[in-house]
Amino acid sequence: MTGPYSCCSCIVFVHSVSVDLNNDASLVIDIPDALCERDKVKFTVHTKTTLSSFQKPEYSVQRQHEDFIWLHDTIVETEEYAGLIIPPAPPKPDFEGPREKMHKLGEGESSMTKEEYAKMKQELEAEYLAVFKKTVQVHEVFLQRLSSHPMFRKDRNFQIFLEYDQDLTVRRKNAKEMFGGFFKNMVKSADEVLISGVKEVDEFFEQEKNFLLDYSSKIKDATAKAEKMTRSHKNVADDYNHISGALNNIAADNNTAFKKHLEKCAEVFEKLRVSISKVEDRMASDQELKLTELLRYYTRDIQAAKDLLYRRARALADYENSNKALDKARLKGKDVAQAEENQKQCLQKFDKLSESGKKELTSFKARRVVAFRKNLIEMTELEIKHAKNSVSLLQGSIEVLKSN
Amino acid sequence: MSGGCGRNPPPFPDDEDQERAELDTQVLDSDEDDEDDEGEDIFTGARSKAITPTSAPDEGDIFSEEGSYVRSDVHHTTNGLHSDEELDLFTEATVELTLTNTTSQGRREIIGPTVSACNTTHVPNSILKPSIVTKTMEELKEEESGDQFELNIAVTNPEKIGDGMNAYMSYKVSTQTTLPMFLNKTFSVRRRFSDFLGLYEKISAKHSLVVGKEFLMLTLVGKEDSSSAEFVEKRRAALERYLQRVVAHPSLLQDPDVREFLERDELPRAVNTQALSGPGLLKMINRVSDAVNKMTIKINESDNWFESKLQEVENEEQLLRRLHAAVDSLVNHRKELCSNTVVFSKSVAMLGSVEENSALSRALSQLAEVEDKMEQLHQQQAFSDFFILAELLADYVRLLGAVRCCFEQRMKVWQRLQEAQSTLQKKREAEAKLLWANKPEKLQQAKDDINEWESKVSQYERDFERVTCTVRKEVLRFEKEKARDFKQHIVKYLESLLHTQHRLVKCWEAFLPEAKAIA
Repeated sequence: MTGPYSCCSCIVFVHSVSVDLNNDASLVIDIPDALCERDKVKFTVHTKTTLSSFQKPEYSVQRQHEDFIWLHDTIVETEEYAGLIIPPAPPKPDFEGPREKMHKLGEGESSMTKEEYAKMKQELEAEYLAVFKKTVQVHEVFLQRLSSHPMFRKDRNFQIFLEYDQDLTVRRKNAKEMFGGFFKNMVKSADEVLISGVKEVDEFFEQEKNFLLDYSSKIKDATAKAEKMTRSHKNVADDYNHISGALNNIAADNNTAFKKHLEKCAEVFEKLRVSISKVEDRMASDQELKLTELLRYYTRDIQAAKDLLYRRARALADYENSNKALDKARLKGKDVAQAEENQKQCLQKFDKLSESGKKELTSFKARRVVAFRKNLIEMTELEIKHAKNSVSLLQGSIEVLKSN
Repeated sequence: MSGGCGRNPPPFPDDEDQERAELDTQVLDSDEDDEDDEGEDIFTGARSKAITPTSAPDEGDIFSEEGSYVRSDVHHTTNGLHSDEELDLFTEATVELTLTNTTSQGRREIIGPTVSACNTTHVPNSILKPSIVTKTMEELKEEESGDQFELNIAVTNPEKIGDGMNAYMSYKVSTQTTLPMFLNKTFSVRRRFSDFLGLYEKISAKHSLVVGKEFLMLTLVGKEDSSSAEFVEKRRAALERYLQRVVAHPSLLQDPDVREFLERDELPRAVNTQALSGPGLLKMINRVSDAVNKMTIKINESDNWFESKLQEVENEEQLLRRLHAAVDSLVNHRKELCSNTVVFSKSVAMLGSVEENSALSRALSQLAEVEDKMEQLHQQQAFSDFFILAELLADYVRLLGAVRCCFEQRMKVWQRLQEAQSTLQKKREAEAKLLWANKPEKLQQAKDDINEWESKVSQYERDFERVTCTVRKEVLRFEKEKARDFKQHIVKYLESLLHTQHRLVKCWEAFLPEAKAIA
């Protein structure tokens, strides 16, 4: 990518995957701007707050994707939040697709007309912009979920993230050395086995466990299939672009016999470009944004919910172990008080996790249903709009051609 | 090329047979009715009246009471083409036209039966006659300028005949026409692939400068699995397009071999086509596309029409190739989209079955159904992509090659002329030498030679003129047909897209309340 690439500052973006964040005026976060330099994206994180814990009522800082990951990881590692569903970390900005296409376009520049090249470049830039907007949105939603949660918004590291006007790089490095991603890695490898293995006493959690395990694999699958479908759709839109470009060439070329007989064709073919290729492209993009993105997000969110279950299962396992240790201590007559204390703490921890876990999972259900509803409605309405648009444009084109 | 004013290309196979059946009955019904009415009058009247010569249907004698009978006599004497029993109504119309259209350039301009005209002539009311006359005269004039003639061809119903090694695919070739040179208005025959090849062989030699006779089946020979439904459909469509192009060309239509192919019940098996199948056929067809850049010789012409036209053709061919490549890519991607959509639909259905919220679960299974419908729409669209656009483009790329072939042939004729001229020159020089060397005995031979070559030169000059004229006319005709064909197909394609988008709207609109019902 050559040179900086800045988003316009007025991103009116529907927060498609999570709803009703930023309702609380005491802490409002958004990402109004972002810069893309080479491989790195620099987000401008803008905070407005009435909370006294913050130094200033309003300020902006520059953050990189790695800073978000650091924030997510520190929150995951925080024992206090074990009973909460931790908002999934935003995925790394991926410009690979458009970048590759841009490269191919550069290679093929000599074989196409100046007009065609300019048009294709325009399309590619729009694609770049779409990827860009998506990554901004996903990072924004992450922060907003933190800010709208009663516990997370008070997190010290979160505040540092929002406020600290220097580079966070040093902090990030230190954190990595301390934890080494230990906890996270453990969770990833062991959760399924542990969760399924634990004997569940609570009906609610038993149901949740079964549901989440099943749902998790299905939504992962649906996401992958949706991605493939959307890619095909984009390919079709791309082809229409090439076709209308080629038709344009034929109609505009004075050196063909066509010109004489197909008078208004250049005009019609240009219209075709709009009606067919652009609309197909928009249909594919909107489907991607509303459906595929939704599925992607919730795949991550379901994973976060599973992580919660895992932590609870771990706590249960710890509690059961502490019981066994207490029994042993009683038998031996040694360190009983300590064992008793340990057991009490384990139980406390487990109960706390269960209680907050239940609340979190219940609100998660509601959140998921609301988000699906919103996105499915929006997607359907957009698809209808585009298709109707296409219908009228096609009808117009057909009329023009027939009347000739 | 399916061109011709007032003619529509036959609809797609599934609709076709039904439509044709309906048309058949309509046509037959109306004819039979009229036949019954008129038969008696004409035949009972004919015997007792004298035959009055008629030159033009002027007012007066012909359209008197007796006139109607006289006309039927004219019918008997001038029109021997049709069997007496059928379509008397139709033949009367024919008669009127040939009488008025003697100046037309040998083209058969046929209008459908002018029912009203014929019926009114039976009114034996002298008061009515003058108006009848003027009416029919006007109608004739109108219809003459209308220039409509009907000829629709369809290739349908591929059927496998026989078993094992000797099995072959037989196709139904149906023709629907109002042209008088055919025995019937609608008829069909069964033909097999080698019959088509045989036809091609017969006409390609006779009509070397016609663009449109080319048997453009490069892709359908050999490689593909010949039993798959897709292959059969591709071949059927290609055979249909081939015949449509053939009959779109006026001089091919006149060729008796073409008519025989369409009409005759049993065709003698084209034996030579054995050699034409497989690699032999490929080689023969490839001759067309091999006529690339062989035209290094420049013809000295005052008019550079040919030079610039050739440039145009080559240019266009390149552009069409690119367009074809883009459409090909579209076809493939759309097929991919189809399969990915089906897979996604199943996945969403699974997700819906696991979903604990019942309204969302229902909505997700509805979404799965919507995606299923999408897939069907995509399939149909892919079909249109291919058969309306891709095949059209492929054909035209090769047809443009055939145009270049024509140019090449003209070049050859010119070359021959040049060579003859130079030979003549040499003979003259030889004669001069002999004169100078004073060898009278060889002089006569030299003079004979000169005469021979002089007549050859003038023959070749005439040939060149003729070929030049023919190629020029042919190219212009081809261009017109091509433009019309393209426009027709593009409109058809846009209509298919429109249809798809309509259905899309309906699908999503049906889903919307389901999405809204989620709670």
